[in-house]
Amino acid sequence: MSEPREVTVNVPLMARVEGEGALALRIRDGRIEELKLRIFEPPRLFEKFLEGRRFDEVPDMVARICGICPVAYQMSAVHAIESIFGIDPGPWVRATRRLFYCGEWIESHSLHIHLLAAPDFLGYASVTDMARDYPEEVRRGLRMQELGNALIGLLGGRSVHPVGARVGGFHHAPSPEQTQALLQKLQAALPAAEALVAWTASLDLPAVEQDFEYVSLRHAQEYPMNEGRIVSNRGLDIGIDAFDREFQELQVPHSTALHCLHQGKPYLVGPLARLNLNFDRLPQPVRETASATGIAWPSANVYHSIVARAVEIHYAVVEAIRLLQAYQRPSQPFVAAQPRAGVGYGCTEAPRGMLWHRYELDDQGRVLNARIVPPTSQNQARIEEDLRLSIEAFGTDRPEDELRRRAEVVIRNYDPCISCATHFLDLTVDRE
Amino acid sequence: MPSPKPKIAVHKFSSCDGCQLAFLNLGEDLLRLAELVDIVHFAEAGAVAAEAAADIAFVEGSVTTRDEIERIQAIRANSKYLITIGACATAGGLQALRNGVTNAAEWVAAVYAAPEYIKSLPTSTAIAQHVRVDLELWGCPVTSRQVLAAVRDLLFGVQPLNPADSVCMECKRRGNVCVLVAKGEPCMGPVTRTGCGALCPSFGRDCYACFGPSEQTNTAALGKRFQGLGLMPEQIAQRFLFINNAAEPFAAAGRIWLEKSHE
Repeated sequence: MSEPREVTVNVPLMARVEGEGALALRIRDGRIEELKLRIFEPPRLFEKFLEGRRFDEVPDMVARICGICPVAYQMSAVHAIESIFGIDPGPWVRATRRLFYCGEWIESHSLHIHLLAAPDFLGYASVTDMARDYPEEVRRGLRMQELGNALIGLLGGRSVHPVGARVGGFHHAPSPEQTQALLQKLQAALPAAEALVAWTASLDLPAVEQDFEYVSLRHAQEYPMNEGRIVSNRGLDIGIDAFDREFQELQVPHSTALHCLHQGKPYLVGPLARLNLNFDRLPQPVRETASATGIAWPSANVYHSIVARAVEIHYAVVEAIRLLQAYQRPSQPFVAAQPRAGVGYGCTEAPRGMLWHRYELDDQGRVLNARIVPPTSQNQARIEEDLRLSIEAFGTDRPEDELRRRAEVVIRNYDPCISCATHFLDLTVDRE
Repeated sequence: MPSPKPKIAVHKFSSCDGCQLAFLNLGEDLLRLAELVDIVHFAEAGAVAAEAAADIAFVEGSVTTRDEIERIQAIRANSKYLITIGACATAGGLQALRNGVTNAAEWVAAVYAAPEYIKSLPTSTAIAQHVRVDLELWGCPVTSRQVLAAVRDLLFGVQPLNPADSVCMECKRRGNVCVLVAKGEPCMGPVTRTGCGALCPSFGRDCYACFGPSEQTNTAALGKRFQGLGLMPEQIAQRFLFINNAAEPFAAAGRIWLEKSHE
């Protein structure tokens, strides 16, 4: 029998919105008695200072919640506001928003795969270390990330806090010369996107199956980005306006990130949830590449998230090519907004998962109140559950540095905002 | 014998992480940068040594907790040259909108069910309010060009350039149609620092001042011009009290128009 001991894994420094976090593990007789993923996210209180601001300021404000997925924040916000105003921006805006989102998926997923996750599975501290032994793979990843940024830049002027999106559409439509140039780059990148899927599947990913609920949007025809119903593998199927009734946000003493639960239980959002629930919505070539990995989708192995990210990059490249081939410059890239009072919801698929917004506006289009539920708060309880299962399966009597390293890999696999800094988990052990 | 490579650190405070992307979005240039300098601390990129001495420390984010006050003092002590990157580090950021709000505690209570767990200062403040800063790079976000230019200049041993003229100059150079004059949009370009490439006016929309105040700002004249365009005093105040609301020329103009909105 193992010696009773108390293990504390600290993360004294976290990048991303979570400024500070720690993992507290209490292990006794080989069992985890207590497990807390502490996240200290200095509260920036966005929901409060949105109050009183006009609807046309909202897309530029909410972008500042996240520098890595500002497009997602802008898209959830504009859809919510347009639903209040009763605006249908039409097919050009709809297609172009999809193109915009393809850019963010390519950028964010490429960054996570190469800069954050892959060093875990190949045994490096950072991407620059990894580049010495895997120069071609790293360069392919960085070029893919640049391509995503270029696509966001085409429509937004820049990839971080882009300035192109507005309620009703876009401020600006790119010229056919610009879209043609990018189309050629995307076509040239198609083989690299396919190779990336195979490469992520060839990494030494742990073979761990867990039983959990996964949740994403589902659209009647397309792989979901901006629209759809909220569905799960446990039979959930609701409109986005019913999110509030099914899901509850609660605060736990050990974290400033609000935990969101479905009927009191953890659930997964993000690329693996989307792919598992929407595999049939992928075009044939993308499905073939995904299946050629040998992975049977849907997958209950959370470590397949990195492969799901690569599949979504491949899909986003294919989809962006399709949209750019059909691109025509409109006479006006937006429909005018006529403010009216009401409550509206927006739910879109951020790279890390469903991003749900609710706004109440007055008749001048000013925000009376706002609520924002980001993917990381939805995944946090699932990460804790996974940590508990993974560490127990791994063996709680292992040396602390192995436990710390395994915990880091588990956390980073979810691409939470805290993953950025969890290359450094400080482990201290108090033995009773 | 070659001299040792300069040591660079990138630190994060309260922020969205967007300015660190000026490095992480460099693409293959990121690998070239890693050859030129020794990146001793950059948590998001995988290098963690928060206490390490650095020749150049880049700081993203504003100070919003007691712990962050202590951290920035330690970073200052360990760094030869300290550069703030972005609106949060340089001016407190969008989240400085909570400064001076008398019911800040109520705000926390409205977002968090158990506010007693939230350890946060009532204000979001710029790094320069706590320690000496050698160079302030404005922008929400800063660009890769800005951070690389600063590194290059310092490697060459010269003081980095930090242009402070207005967005209008950039628009003229680009031949943009003026959105304020031609379209009557409440463009902040005349009082906003250059550096973004005049993105918003190039897209036909009004600048919203994400690069902070330019030199010689005439906020009074611009506010009056906005009034002439039909904006209400509260809307004019909100134009100034946005991404860089705590930067002094904007904070002062915002206060004046807020007072007018209450008259």
